Amino acid sequence: MALDPNSVFQFSPTHRLQWEETQQKHVILYPEGLVELSDSAAEILKLCDGTRDLSEMVTALENKFETTDLMDDVAEFLEAALHNGWIRERSHH
Amino acid sequence: MAGSGNARITNPRWLLAELTYRCPLQCPYCSNPVDFAQHLNELGTEDWLRVLSEARAMGAVQLGLSGGEPLTRPDLAILVRHARQLGYYSNLITSGQGLTEERIVELREAGLDHIQISIQSPEKTLNDQLAGTESFENKKTVARLVKKHGYPMVLCVVIHRQNIHQMREILEMAIELQADYLELANTQYYGWALLNRAQLLPTRAQFEEAEAIAQDYKARLQGRMKIYYVVPDYYEDRPKACMNGWGTTFLTIAPDGLALPCHAARDLPGLNCPNVRDMSIEDIWLHSEAFNHFRGEDWMREPCRTCPERTKDFGGCRCQAFQFTGDMNATDPVCGLSPHRALVDRVIGATESGEQAPAGQPLTFRNTRNSRLLAAD
Repeated sequence: MALDPNSVFQFSPTHRLQWEETQQKHVILYPEGLVELSDSAAEILKLCDGTRDLSEMVTALENKFETTDLMDDVAEFLEAALHNGWIRERSHH
Repeated sequence: MAGSGNARITNPRWLLAELTYRCPLQCPYCSNPVDFAQHLNELGTEDWLRVLSEARAMGAVQLGLSGGEPLTRPDLAILVRHARQLGYYSNLITSGQGLTEERIVELREAGLDHIQISIQSPEKTLNDQLAGTESFENKKTVARLVKKHGYPMVLCVVIHRQNIHQMREILEMAIELQADYLELANTQYYGWALLNRAQLLPTRAQFEEAEAIAQDYKARLQGRMKIYYVVPDYYEDRPKACMNGWGTTFLTIAPDGLALPCHAARDLPGLNCPNVRDMSIEDIWLHSEAFNHFRGEDWMREPCRTCPERTKDFGGCRCQAFQFTGDMNATDPVCGLSPHRALVDRVIGATESGEQAPAGQPLTFRNTRNSRLLAAD
């Protein structure tokens, strides 16, 4: 499954992304399920607000963390997140 | 303390709040204790609010509101509202009996995240017979209302010999009702299910045929409906990773306030489970004898003690070990490495030959009258 470069990504309305103080990490919550996230996964998901496409997300993350070459990692994570139903994809236009 | 060793104590993540043992249904596979009628002294609202706060402070984030039928509690919306304010993800686990549209809206406004509805069978006659009450049409109506009001909807069907031949119809019903998740829960034999095991355990051939159908639909429904398939551990070669390890993740509070490391632990002898009326959740989780008893690996015997799989399955289920062997420290006898595996095979063999459940032997329904009768025996 290749990502459409024109798609924007939105966090699923039937899931919840939340910071857990006792675990010191972000989690995704859904019916009878709980996924503990790495810091980088949480940073990507926080950008899934329905306004950014893949390249815009990569630019935002590369600027924030003063690094380059994040494209492949971000694309791979978004594909997995789509597969898991954590985010939804829709056309930008 | 036995078993605690030097195991690091993790935070609880799941709180199962069994709000009541009252239930309008009488399912013969209920996981509640057979003697539930001896434990009807329910916690009040203030106790539950305190339990929710204390468990949340310890790290619990997934909240199951269960029972019995949790809708019989008039303070349910108060508890849901408090849970939402604390940051829980709250799951209502219900038969659907008593769930009006008005109540669905009230709970939504209070912050309930998800509703799981149980259906006994996709066929009205069998559904109503297993539930011990006419409930089929209401359940379907409730399922549609749950979707209408924007909840993720989980259908839960407990699978056993009386309905396992309906696997295809169960999946089609879930599609028709637009379930977001379908839980196909092969019966786990505790409580009333253990009492009725002879009539409920399917044969291996029945189980394999049903599983193949479920796996086929699972692949086809990818992206539309998620299917949780709970395996029947009698037909596995390795035990389930019961509770994700004792005292690591799950905390159950029974209706009478008893704090349990797993929801069947009430039946384990000498465990001395603490009660939230006497102890804080923090003390219970960190310091009680019951929660430390099977933490870590020091309690294990052979073959678990040196088994490379002990970090995956934690020796299996303590309650099942006790049921079969009379020793709660034994390896779960469903394990092919257990010296007691023959005890499980004997139960399966009796099912295969039909000798264990003569035709017409009635199910014992889960109700207060039967509970009192059985406790008196």
